[in-house]
Amino acid sequence: MPTVSMTVNGKKVSGEVEGRILLVQFLRENLRLTGTHVGCDTSQCGACVVHVNGDSMKSCTLLAVQAEGAEVTTIEGLADGDTLHPMQEAFRDNHGLQCGFCTPGMVMSAVDLVKKNPKASEHEIREWLEGNICRCTGYHNIVKSIQQAQQTM
Amino acid sequence: MPEGGTGIGAAVKRVEDKRFLTGRGNYTDDINRPNQTYAYILRSSHAHATLNSVDTGAATSAPGVLAVFTGADMETGGLPCGWQVHSKDGSPMHEPPHPPLAKGKVRHVGDPVAVVIAETYAQAKDAAELIAVDYGELPAVVHMNDALAGKSLVHDEIGTNLCYDWEIGDEAQIDEAFAKAHHVTEIDIVNNRLIPNAMEPRAAVGEYDRSTDEYTLFTTSQNPHVIRLLMGAFVLSIPEHKLRVVAPDVGGGFGSKIYHYAEEAIVTWAAPRVGRPIKWTCDRSDAFISDAHGRDHISKAKMAMDSEGKFLALKVETKANMGAYLSTFAPCVPTYLYATLLAGVYSTPLIYCNVKAIFTNTVPVDAYRGAGRPEATYLLERLVAKCAREMGMSQTDIRRANFIPADAFPYQTPVALQYDSGNYTATLDKAESVHDVAGFEARRKESEARGKRRGIGYSTYLEACGIAPSAVVGSLGARAGLYESAEVRVHPTGSVTVFTGSHSHGQGHETTFAQLVCERLGLPMSNIEISHGDTNKVQFGMGTYGSRSLAVGGEAIMKAMDKVVNKAKKIAAHILEASESDIEFKDGTFTVAGTDRSMAFGEVALAAYVPHNFPHDELEPGLDEKAFYDPLNFTFPGGCHICEVEVDPDTGVVSVQRMTAVDDVGRVINPMIVEGQIHGGLAQGIGQALLEGCVYDADGQLVTGSYMDYCMPRADNFPSFSAGTEITLCAHNSLGVKGCGEVGAIGSPPAVINAVVDALWDLGVHDMPMPASPQTVWKALKAASPAVAAE
Ligand code: FES
Ligand code: FES
Repeated sequence: MPTVSMTVNGKKVSGEVEGRILLVQFLRENLRLTGTHVGCDTSQCGACVVHVNGDSMKSCTLLAVQAEGAEVTTIEGLADGDTLHPMQEAFRDNHGLQCGFCTPGMVMSAVDLVKKNPKASEHEIREWLEGNICRCTGYHNIVKSIQQAQQTM
Repeated sequence: MPEGGTGIGAAVKRVEDKRFLTGRGNYTDDINRPNQTYAYILRSSHAHATLNSVDTGAATSAPGVLAVFTGADMETGGLPCGWQVHSKDGSPMHEPPHPPLAKGKVRHVGDPVAVVIAETYAQAKDAAELIAVDYGELPAVVHMNDALAGKSLVHDEIGTNLCYDWEIGDEAQIDEAFAKAHHVTEIDIVNNRLIPNAMEPRAAVGEYDRSTDEYTLFTTSQNPHVIRLLMGAFVLSIPEHKLRVVAPDVGGGFGSKIYHYAEEAIVTWAAPRVGRPIKWTCDRSDAFISDAHGRDHISKAKMAMDSEGKFLALKVETKANMGAYLSTFAPCVPTYLYATLLAGVYSTPLIYCNVKAIFTNTVPVDAYRGAGRPEATYLLERLVAKCAREMGMSQTDIRRANFIPADAFPYQTPVALQYDSGNYTATLDKAESVHDVAGFEARRKESEARGKRRGIGYSTYLEACGIAPSAVVGSLGARAGLYESAEVRVHPTGSVTVFTGSHSHGQGHETTFAQLVCERLGLPMSNIEISHGDTNKVQFGMGTYGSRSLAVGGEAIMKAMDKVVNKAKKIAAHILEASESDIEFKDGTFTVAGTDRSMAFGEVALAAYVPHNFPHDELEPGLDEKAFYDPLNFTFPGGCHICEVEVDPDTGVVSVQRMTAVDDVGRVINPMIVEGQIHGGLAQGIGQALLEGCVYDADGQLVTGSYMDYCMPRADNFPSFSAGTEITLCAHNSLGVKGCGEVGAIGSPPAVINAVVDALWDLGVHDMPMPASPQTVWKALKAASPAVAAE
């Protein structure tokens, strides 16, 4: 079995994985970082979004071995110790989550949006979230959360 | 109220959010037991076939495989149904067996055929491909009319596909009223089949401890005690005290995680046979063909009116798809949660409804957010909109003319329910003003100038929730009671753990229920913990569905807190050397009336556990009280939803421009959470109206079997919503609460479709099926006026 090494949330990690193992499986099963979720098997829901070398990416669309040498940040690595990231804070302030299942992917995706397009309009925010499905919130409060984070990030 | 407002009515930020936002939630698939194995379920690829043979030989000897089981191995009970409905001739519904692993025949695509248990999930899945199943294909019945015509029998032994033929009301009397009517409006309605799609796929981990003979099941359930009861008593014969069911964090349910599913029984049953814990996690593709679906009604309805547009009588005939087997709640959805709601907010004096429940070769259908009530609301509000057009009345005039007046409560409907409170004129007035209906004409003209059609649609609806009084549901065929239980355990230092039988899977109970404790016991949020979801911790529970958590579960907590206060007063009286009747309790302090002698809640708690001088024959140590609460009636939330859409006549694309919901959900404990619940419901309702629809082909293959084919609502399908409340209190519970979980999904679909019809009326489009996808709308335009679409 191939060995894969990468940096996850600032720590060097490596593991033996079957070639077909996806990055999300490596994170959840090898590293037990279960904050990254799996909501589909067709790469559409976005529950699995993490940052790979600074860009948001669906970790189910990547083989673990493709992330060789990469810098990966998962939801577990976003807060600064006990201090929540402004995006996490914004989701809490605006009730941007209910069951919490889509939330890690939603937050990671939103952080990338605000970095890339800090002045995104409501319309652009909604379009950006096209790859993240939430069944609980109706998106209204997710959009509000991101708008708050545009001010605080 | 402590901490600057954390009691009833405060928009307290959620207690549960921190763990979810930092990736520390604990969902079933996040649980990993030592030495665990993995299960993969092989499912039928045919909608209807005999199982001539299932050869598991090659799979059994594949790498990593520990065991393979089929229906022939699993000699257990079948999955039970929780409700019994009787046909109009008095005979009980047909209730065919539902084995966890198919025996002899498969009845829908996705019916479980075998389970492979292996060291890794990939090995289990690989090995399943080596199972050779010899299917004897049979013709499938997919459409309800074909099923009724008996083109093929889903269950040969019952000799029919008709599960029951039920009615409510007096048909002869109704027909007489129709004969005398000034005008009759008729409508054909299809309530499209939906796939619930909670974002967390179902999962289950089963384990068995040989030393204690105890089983544990971790599962994605809305009601772990109900699963323990159904699986333990009916399927696996495991007594309750040897079976622990844990539903940890659950990623959304919307009804689909109420039911007892085959996979729960399979992993629990197989765990001792493999001698190791077994984890099963559903792939999304398998979820599409194994989670219970929702809705799927075909109806004909007609309304008799007098010359003023007053409703005289309503007659409805409905066919309801049950799918291939009866899921846990299925039979009650199109009867007691549907036909009893057909009065809606109107004083229609006579109502008759006939419901035929039908087996087909499709996934079982059961309650999905709203369950029965959205189907009733959609039918009624589409019909009322059509009545208005045919009578030449405005959409609001016809409603106002028929509303049950605000001073008529309690109001007995002709279909069994007695409404306790409501003010339908007030919710309509408020919704019209919030929506700025007055500005609609100007907006319509502005759209027209851009070549778009703009329409407005109303829905004034009512629902019954907080299910439910045990005596009532018992008389209707429920095989369980529908109370809720709570335990309020005060610890020696005065902090409190509340054990509730309700289950939170997004609703925020850890916050809302804690607010009840803040309010009643005067404690800060940080001293309160809400515990739910584990049958070894929580005494009992009926779980969360039907917007019942606060109206039933919350009331149980209130009742247990009353007992705590009563006991604490006795303790305070003893220590303060006063008579119990002189002790007053306010803001967390017990005071002897008219004196400055007092004890803080925490001091009383400590005294309860350090009872050095208690008169033990009169006063027991400890401060820990339980209560079971059985409601007196359903609660009746209602409201008015107004939708404004813009339709592009060239492409058929419908875009929701404004969505206003003014709902009467009773007293609001946490307005932030209530608004969030309404938003989520609206998204599912608009999703049903415009995007979502489950499609089977003629052979029973699911065409919409993934997120590539089943259109889940995305952020860019919606505008921001205007959600508000206009409250009347529930008259029969102490909190005055009604429920808010389902209102959004119940009220909104007819508002959306009425708006689409309004937008296209002048182009000759007078009806519109759900989902009103661009293709459907474009086709309707083309049919109405070939020249328009051909341009
Ligand atoms: S798991 Fe759904 S997109 Fe990755
Ligand atoms: S919060 Fe439940 S899916 Fe988004």
